[in-house]
Amino acid sequence: MTDFLSQLDPVSLLSITLITATPLVLAAMGGMMCERSGVVNIALEGIMLTGAFIGYGVAFFTHSVWIGLAAAIVSGMLIATLHAVLSISFLVDQIVSGMVINILAVGITGVFYRTYLESATTVGPGTFPHWDVPVLSAIPVIGPIFFQNQFVTYAMLILIFVVHFILFRTVWGLRTRACGEHPRAAETAGINVYFVRYVNVIASGALAGLGGAYFSLQQIGNFLPNMTGGRGYIALAAMIFGKWTPLGAFAASLLFSGSDQVGSRLQSVFHVPIPLQFLGMIPYVLTIIVVAGAMGRAVAPAAVGIPYKKG
Amino acid sequence: MAAAWRGRVVTTVLVPLVSVVCGFLVGAIAIVAAGADPLVAYGALFAGAFTNHNALAETLVSTTPYLGLGLAVALGFRAGLFNIGAEGQFYIGSLAGTFVAYSIHGLPPVLEVPLGLIAGMAGGALWASIAGGLKARFGAHEVITTIMLNYVSFLVASYLVDTKGLMLAPDVSTPRTPDVDPSAVLPVILAGSRLHVGFILALLAVPVVWFLIERTTIGFRLRAVGFSQGAARAAGISVGRTIVLTMALSGALAGFAGIVEVLGVNYHMTDTVAAGYGFDAIAVALLARSNPWGVLPAAFLFGALHNGAGFMQLETQISSDLISIVQASVIIFVAAPVIVGWLFRLRRAPAETVHITQREVDAPVT
Amino acid sequence: MDLDVSWRQVHALLGENGAGKSTLMNVVYGLLRPDAGEISFDGQRVEIRSPLDAIRLGIGMVHQHFMLIPPLTVAENIVLGHEIANRGVIDLAGASSRVHELSQRFGLDVNPRERIADLSVGTQQRVEILKALYRGARLLILDEPTAVLTPQEIDGLFAIVRALVAEGNAVIFITHKLAEVAQIADVITVMRRGQVVATTTPKESSSADLARMMVGRPVLLRVEKKPAEPGARSLAVEDLVVLDDRRHVAVDKVNLEVRAGEIVGIAGVEGNGQNELVEAIMGLRPMKGGRVLLEGHEIGRATTRSRLHRGLGLIPPDRHRMGVVLELSVADNLVLDDYDRPPFARWLVRQFSAIREYAERLIKTFDIRVQNPEQPVSSLSGGNQQKLVVARQLGTLPKVLIASQPTRGVDVGSIEFIHRQIVSERDRGLAVLLVSSELDEVLSLADRVAVIYRGHIVAVIDAKDADRERVGLLMAGAA
Repeated sequence: MTDFLSQLDPVSLLSITLITATPLVLAAMGGMMCERSGVVNIALEGIMLTGAFIGYGVAFFTHSVWIGLAAAIVSGMLIATLHAVLSISFLVDQIVSGMVINILAVGITGVFYRTYLESATTVGPGTFPHWDVPVLSAIPVIGPIFFQNQFVTYAMLILIFVVHFILFRTVWGLRTRACGEHPRAAETAGINVYFVRYVNVIASGALAGLGGAYFSLQQIGNFLPNMTGGRGYIALAAMIFGKWTPLGAFAASLLFSGSDQVGSRLQSVFHVPIPLQFLGMIPYVLTIIVVAGAMGRAVAPAAVGIPYKKG
Repeated sequence: MAAAWRGRVVTTVLVPLVSVVCGFLVGAIAIVAAGADPLVAYGALFAGAFTNHNALAETLVSTTPYLGLGLAVALGFRAGLFNIGAEGQFYIGSLAGTFVAYSIHGLPPVLEVPLGLIAGMAGGALWASIAGGLKARFGAHEVITTIMLNYVSFLVASYLVDTKGLMLAPDVSTPRTPDVDPSAVLPVILAGSRLHVGFILALLAVPVVWFLIERTTIGFRLRAVGFSQGAARAAGISVGRTIVLTMALSGALAGFAGIVEVLGVNYHMTDTVAAGYGFDAIAVALLARSNPWGVLPAAFLFGALHNGAGFMQLETQISSDLISIVQASVIIFVAAPVIVGWLFRLRRAPAETVHITQREVDAPVT
Repeated sequence: MDLDVSWRQVHALLGENGAGKSTLMNVVYGLLRPDAGEISFDGQRVEIRSPLDAIRLGIGMVHQHFMLIPPLTVAENIVLGHEIANRGVIDLAGASSRVHELSQRFGLDVNPRERIADLSVGTQQRVEILKALYRGARLLILDEPTAVLTPQEIDGLFAIVRALVAEGNAVIFITHKLAEVAQIADVITVMRRGQVVATTTPKESSSADLARMMVGRPVLLRVEKKPAEPGARSLAVEDLVVLDDRRHVAVDKVNLEVRAGEIVGIAGVEGNGQNELVEAIMGLRPMKGGRVLLEGHEIGRATTRSRLHRGLGLIPPDRHRMGVVLELSVADNLVLDDYDRPPFARWLVRQFSAIREYAERLIKTFDIRVQNPEQPVSSLSGGNQQKLVVARQLGTLPKVLIASQPTRGVDVGSIEFIHRQIVSERDRGLAVLLVSSELDEVLSLADRVAVIYRGHIVAVIDAKDADRERVGLLMAGAA
């Protein structure tokens, strides 16, 4: 038994689960801000990819991962602004708009990666440093999992509480939820629905852009085409599975990334013949079950997906 | 009447045309930003798509799956269903059809080919029916379920193709299925090229789908449900059954596109999936404005772009991903006709937005 | 057009559906922009670009469709947009006590911590009024506020309105009901087709005068009909139990029967189970218990489609949501029930010449004003759309017609036409179950009146014994 435990190495398993859940949580919370205000966001994948690329590109040329980080966030906000303009001002179907952004992200990152970065020979910008939080990092189990991490993971942990607080305790959160449930009622109450939606969509871009920086500037210190590999959709799944709440999305992301990690460890360490593909299906299948209402219905904001027209 | 006719020409022909032009202009900006000459790059794209040796035939080869996929998504749109899962249905259909086509032996082609096609369409139809059934029974939104089912289908494909005793061919270095039976292959119709009978079949699908939507009771039912589920229900139409049926038909078309690729071009499947068909399919349907006839030029455009992109990358070092930028821009302009109206000051530009999915909108203040 | 409203007055805005009353008020409230003209408030010329501007001026509006957010609490809904907050953090306790204080002052009893979704319609309306008062409204616009209330609740509302006016405020009261105007208004402005046709007072103008101004010609206020000659039992409902969307019992052990050649009217405030009852009879909603019999045959398990084919017809309550498919043509809508049966389809192929021929016949019989049968229904007026629905249902010669809110949102001309059609079909032996939240419609059409309250049929009265007072009390649950 002790042999089993030491081979399984639960602390490192939990630690890697938390780390790989980082971009999922961030993008899921981005999607949440957006959808809580009434705008569907299936563009998380494209925003993350763009963030990963711009973050890396800027870090590469400025030799600073921190400037790269800022660039990743700003680029996420910019591309989210496109989503906002299309879906809020031009009343384009929100799913179409999100899809367009995903295609566009593949195109832009692909073209400019090939032109400017693929054949670059100089040394890359590296990754965010590991920071050990004094005292706390020395606590057994908790320390290595939560307090010996890199920037994006710390930011994610803090932002869970920030987003929760904003959504459920502040004026802004109340107005956001009002716009997502019944935008006309919000407008008759004197709220500028367009403004609230714009800000939330752009905020979702910032969160997903930060999530994108995880891939290039925290995980490997490089950019690879299509490196987000569908994680934006798993984040969408985490948002739904977590019933549009930050803590729920956090739990769902841990579940999804954890099942991944456990699976690969079972295979590599214990040679258990579970096909990895089945473990990989867990997030998708769970999400389907949840939207079908089998585990307590996941109720989306009532007005999500409907373009709002004044008057 | 004349004004209405002109309005229809504007929305169905002019807006898509102008959108395509605008899409190429946006692409040109990206080419300049990447340090190349747009004329040279687009010249290479054109050569690769049309004028090089066998290029036109190859363009028609790549047009073929877009016809089936575009029709699949367009059909869904007409019933108010947003089938993002064409890609998954494409792969599941391919798997089913491939399995049948390499398992059967000794029958004449007139039997083997249809068997393969039917299996492919059935696979796609069944897979799509899952999303249809979940929507009809539980109200699960098809956008979410089809996105999720896409990823499940990739993993299913990889599992089946990678696993000994399932669909993995013996003695191969990279995992793939066995080749299909020679009698199940769709014959080439242009000697010296890869252009195969599947292209003709896909062309024929266009009028068939048009007839289905516009002239049959199934199509009427589907459109009625697409416009107003409430009114359809009150008139005794089973909304749930119509949704499942539409998804199944849509999935059958996607599965058809998939199996035609296998029987006409690849002859086997590998465990890696070239993602992207799903979004392209939606793009084709949007550009076609959900009209089956419109799928024809839209699929041709996408086929040409994909086929020419490789040559462009070779000649100019501009990544073939450029065509994603062009495609995305085209859709932006098609989906937001207001922008085209501004740019070209079309008088009375169509102000209405593209009606894609039927949704319960707030009761208007009267 | 011009409109002058003074303080300390209830100003009624009277007009038919589509006369432009709501549009005008949405302009005043900043939801719509005027194309021309100006608005003055308190003697000052003002420009109202958004509801926020209107609120700042002291204008409040209670919309016909409530502007409340169901999953949020009463307090959250009331303070929304004008939150009591400390550096962006909401003070919900402060909001609750403020709401409590306001509701005490005006005698509007609500609990600030309850969720809107759990409140009755009458209470929701009080929340709406509180919401306006919380924002400091001095001019309150009430858009068709009585549509969803019982006569007794209406009296309560009128008391609140009078109290508000007595405090020096002004109220604009939008309605199409003549009786209410006489009761509550100090000044009446009558609108027709977007224009003011008269400004008068209840003393100067009788109901008949007002009706004539509203419609532009003399109006019959009563439906002419001879006594019913009921025949055999056509439709029977026995011990019917139906659940609503929230899985609460909406229809509780209802027994009802309709005979051939009679009109049974169901009177009741909206939301007392009428829709669920109708939907269950039509097979649009599952039954929890009981039976539905059509000419003695149990049809409780049949699909909607087979019920339609066996002789049930439905005029649904919500035209746009259930009655017509706006995007489809007039002809397509006329065959919506029978699109796949001969002669309109052969095998799976639709037969357009047969469809067109049939459509042209119905268009003529039912006086539907269209240019051609191929034009989309969305291009028709509300009245003509409703006549289309009636035509489709009566065109299939049903044995039983379920007419739910058959004249809602329709001009007076079409109302008269539809009423005449229903009565003349009755005379030819049709059994009609009429459901209407307009008490006057039920009283003038029905041969027997069944009153529904909280899912129960509390009384069935012969038409000659049914007067407003008695039915009103029953609708409010006073047995």
